[in-house]
Amino acid sequence: MTQLHELDAASTAAAIASGEVSAIEVTQAHLDRITAVDGDVRAFLHVDTEGALAAANAVDEQRSAGAALGPLAGVPLAMKDVVVTKGLPTTSGSKILEGWVPPYDATVTRRVLDAGIVMLGKTNMDEFAMGSSTENSAYHPTHNPWDLSRVPGGSSGGSAAAVAAFEAPLSIGTDTGGSIRQPAAVTGIVGHKPTYGAVSRYGLIAFSSSLDQAGPFGRTVLDAALLHEVIAGPDPLDSTSIPQPGPDVVAAARQGARGDLAGVRVGVVRELTGAGGGYQQGVLDCFRAAVDTLAGLGAEIVEVSCPNFDYALAAYYLIAPSECSSNLARFDGVRYGLRVGDDGSHSLEEVMSLTREQGFGAEVKRRIMIGTYALSSGYYDAYYGQAQKVRTLIARDFAAAFTAVDVLVSPTSPFVAFGIGERVADPMAMYVNDLCTLPASLAGTPAISVPCGLSDETGPALPVGLQIMAPAMADDRCYRVGAAFEAAYTAANGFILKQISQLGAVR
Amino acid sequence: MTVRDDVQLDLSYDSVVRRFAPVIGLETHVELGTVSKMFCGCSTEFGAEPNTHTCPVCLGLPGALPVVNAKAIEYTIRIGLALNCSIAEWCRFARKNYFYPDMPKNFQISQYDEPLCVDGHLDVVVEGQTYRVGIERVHMEEDTGKNTHVGGATGRIHGAEYSLVDFNRAGIPLIEIVTKPVEGTGPLAPEVAKAYVTELRDILRSLGVSDVKMEQGSLRCDVNTSLSPIGVSEWGTRTETKNVNSLRSVERAVRSEIIRQAAILDRGGKIKQETRHFQETTGETRSGRSKEEATDYRYFPEPDLVPVAPARDWVAEIRASLPELPAARRTRLKSELGLSTEDLQQMVNAGVVEAVGETVQAGASATEARNWWMGYLAEQANSREVEPTSLPITPAQVARVILLVADGKLSTALARQAVDGVLQTGKDVDAIVAERGLAVVSDTSELTRAADEAIAANPDVADKVRGGKVAAVGALVGAVMKATRGQADAPAVRQILLQQLGVSE
Repeated sequence: MTQLHELDAASTAAAIASGEVSAIEVTQAHLDRITAVDGDVRAFLHVDTEGALAAANAVDEQRSAGAALGPLAGVPLAMKDVVVTKGLPTTSGSKILEGWVPPYDATVTRRVLDAGIVMLGKTNMDEFAMGSSTENSAYHPTHNPWDLSRVPGGSSGGSAAAVAAFEAPLSIGTDTGGSIRQPAAVTGIVGHKPTYGAVSRYGLIAFSSSLDQAGPFGRTVLDAALLHEVIAGPDPLDSTSIPQPGPDVVAAARQGARGDLAGVRVGVVRELTGAGGGYQQGVLDCFRAAVDTLAGLGAEIVEVSCPNFDYALAAYYLIAPSECSSNLARFDGVRYGLRVGDDGSHSLEEVMSLTREQGFGAEVKRRIMIGTYALSSGYYDAYYGQAQKVRTLIARDFAAAFTAVDVLVSPTSPFVAFGIGERVADPMAMYVNDLCTLPASLAGTPAISVPCGLSDETGPALPVGLQIMAPAMADDRCYRVGAAFEAAYTAANGFILKQISQLGAVR
Repeated sequence: MTVRDDVQLDLSYDSVVRRFAPVIGLETHVELGTVSKMFCGCSTEFGAEPNTHTCPVCLGLPGALPVVNAKAIEYTIRIGLALNCSIAEWCRFARKNYFYPDMPKNFQISQYDEPLCVDGHLDVVVEGQTYRVGIERVHMEEDTGKNTHVGGATGRIHGAEYSLVDFNRAGIPLIEIVTKPVEGTGPLAPEVAKAYVTELRDILRSLGVSDVKMEQGSLRCDVNTSLSPIGVSEWGTRTETKNVNSLRSVERAVRSEIIRQAAILDRGGKIKQETRHFQETTGETRSGRSKEEATDYRYFPEPDLVPVAPARDWVAEIRASLPELPAARRTRLKSELGLSTEDLQQMVNAGVVEAVGETVQAGASATEARNWWMGYLAEQANSREVEPTSLPITPAQVARVILLVADGKLSTALARQAVDGVLQTGKDVDAIVAERGLAVVSDTSELTRAADEAIAANPDVADKVRGGKVAAVGALVGAVMKATRGQADAPAVRQILLQQLGVSE
């Protein structure tokens, strides 16, 4: 018999709803799994055993009372630590927030809890979501379940690893430049960055306000869609929240799973297929095979050019640091979190300065300094202003492409998971991880990453992700094409996560 | 002109303004009277326990996001329209970045190069002459928290033992109204500055957008001043004077800054561009931080807020709903109350036109309303060193007193006692009258008895009156008034006394 922690979210919810299993049993199974494997994976920063069991119990009581349950009621979830949770420590992966217990819930948290989803705990991440490997966590690195010596991607590495290691069927990540999609790709799971404004940012500890977006991780496209539906929708607490409801992504995932893509036009982005080098061959091979699979499902494949995508990396590394330099100003030791030097011998300015010196890690400081410089009087136009113009050009490239095609595809990341410590000394080597994911971030458009094969180019067989991008508010297209691809891939190769050779336990 | 070393220069104000032309500019901050804060639902009520009107948003907690208060936008548009501004079709908020512990986010949400209202004007009349003050912009921002520095001599952060921060004020909607440089006022620059702030305050009050209490900080004013020698068209270096917390201070601050700058220029010195603080006690300004080392605020568009794009028909709706503004009301009152230009000007100078108008509107006669506000209330205000309209009495309450007098229920003396009662306790007129038993004794038999007693008690005086010295009856009137604890109507008492003494006037 399949163990409870191996079930996907949709099956788990169905089993709970039918009374086959209790939410408590499901939650306990996942807590046991965490106990068994998280010492190796280290996906979690904080496990809330008591809270999770209480939430599961509430679902079981509702069910016995005959109340209607939501589509994911009783299903466990891991929450990225950048999302504020009332009464649960929230650090955003930083020492500067160590010990802070928020007095309020993020809208995402609220919606997850209101849906009867059981929050198991908070997951590890690059400090303030800045990074692509989770090595920038102030607490510890997280290990990739496929190869524990490798990174799980980042910044949502803890959330991705938890799902890939079967510690939770679902998790929440946030994506600023690729922080959901790239970890999903390198851990062999599904991750979706919704349209900017589709999911409320209220209660997400801001990194770059104009780019940050929360989204779902799951082991299947349908699971991701089910979670997407729970967290998305207008929120009066977020001025940038889109006031209209989004498309029906669950229906789109179900439609896609039937495997018919006849009439769907798929654009292969020339600029994101490694023409200029820098992409691993194994990644490109998987990507090409994936495009052939889409063609086999009836999709019409065309090559499109988005010339301004070449400037995405440069623009992103001005806009995100600029916004973060302002967003992170509030961490000064005056009101909450870490305070250093308050011994009567230091002035206010010195206490602020010492707190920030000791509380922030190197990557965070690097970006605060870049951003402070870019916003300075006399440099604003040349840097921040210019980067915003590039952003407009990238959005225009998308708009032009979407007049000819329904979705755009590319590899999610140029690389498979790399070794822990391998890239930490070279920020640029780290930044290029996001090469393929940055354009959709800058344009505010949705994109999903779906596993599309394994590459053993760098050692063991490691997962590769297929990125499917759609126009704003057409997230349903990502799910439809993603689910169709997933069905075809699984039919041909089996469920990808069953090929994880480490951690045992998965059949 | 040339400065001669051998001449003792005259630094009297009159002399200074014969040699220099002042240019002034005013930046006025107004706390809007919305029920909730600029970017969250917290109350804006003044005087609550510290840090009780706070939430994750106005405390700037990690993850919290601002949402614009639509009422604040509406109020700002009302102000812009009343000041003849254009209302932007599209504008944005910006972040002003600097570290200070009264700012929870270490940036202030403000407007920078895209304000909501631009390019307006406000006409003020000083000594019969109209001066048009150009309005550069009206923009929105959030107020900061309030620091209290404990220990140390200065009350400033340096030298303090510790500091307390109250975030109740953090996030209260604030608008900043910036004038263009005002030239051509000559010696009247201080009066024009005061008249501008007065007129602005009256407009804001009539718009109902703020309680405009300078003493509570809901109206705060910074005054820029520069001098150039007469005949030189280039402007001098300006200073910015802060801490100008009353109308009277506006005038004093400009005057003292003009004299201070002239003294420097006369010696061939240079004015330093700086922020200065007005000292209420000395009437002088004192150097604050230097503008030369001004921080780089690293303004950029606030990414957490969508742009504000007020629909044109909404703006038209707001325009149509504007109340009668003070200038128009003055013109109307002048004709309705039959005031001479001088009368009106006196009332304007005393700052009571609005109050008189509202008192008349509440049912009082124009003459009585004018007499009260220009007379007894002006005296009370003067002795308390506040503006008459800052007295804790409303025009409606004044009108009630006037009506009671007109109905013969209060004498003038009793009416003043009633007003004193309102000023002391804040209670309503009728409550004061009832509590203190203030009522004219109009019972003739009671008054006749009191008159007879007074005559009996003062036979000498009575004889004098009988003997033709009618004026001496005043002493008897006084005795009766005393006996009736001031509640009798003095003219009536006099009539009765003369009648009882068999004397006619």
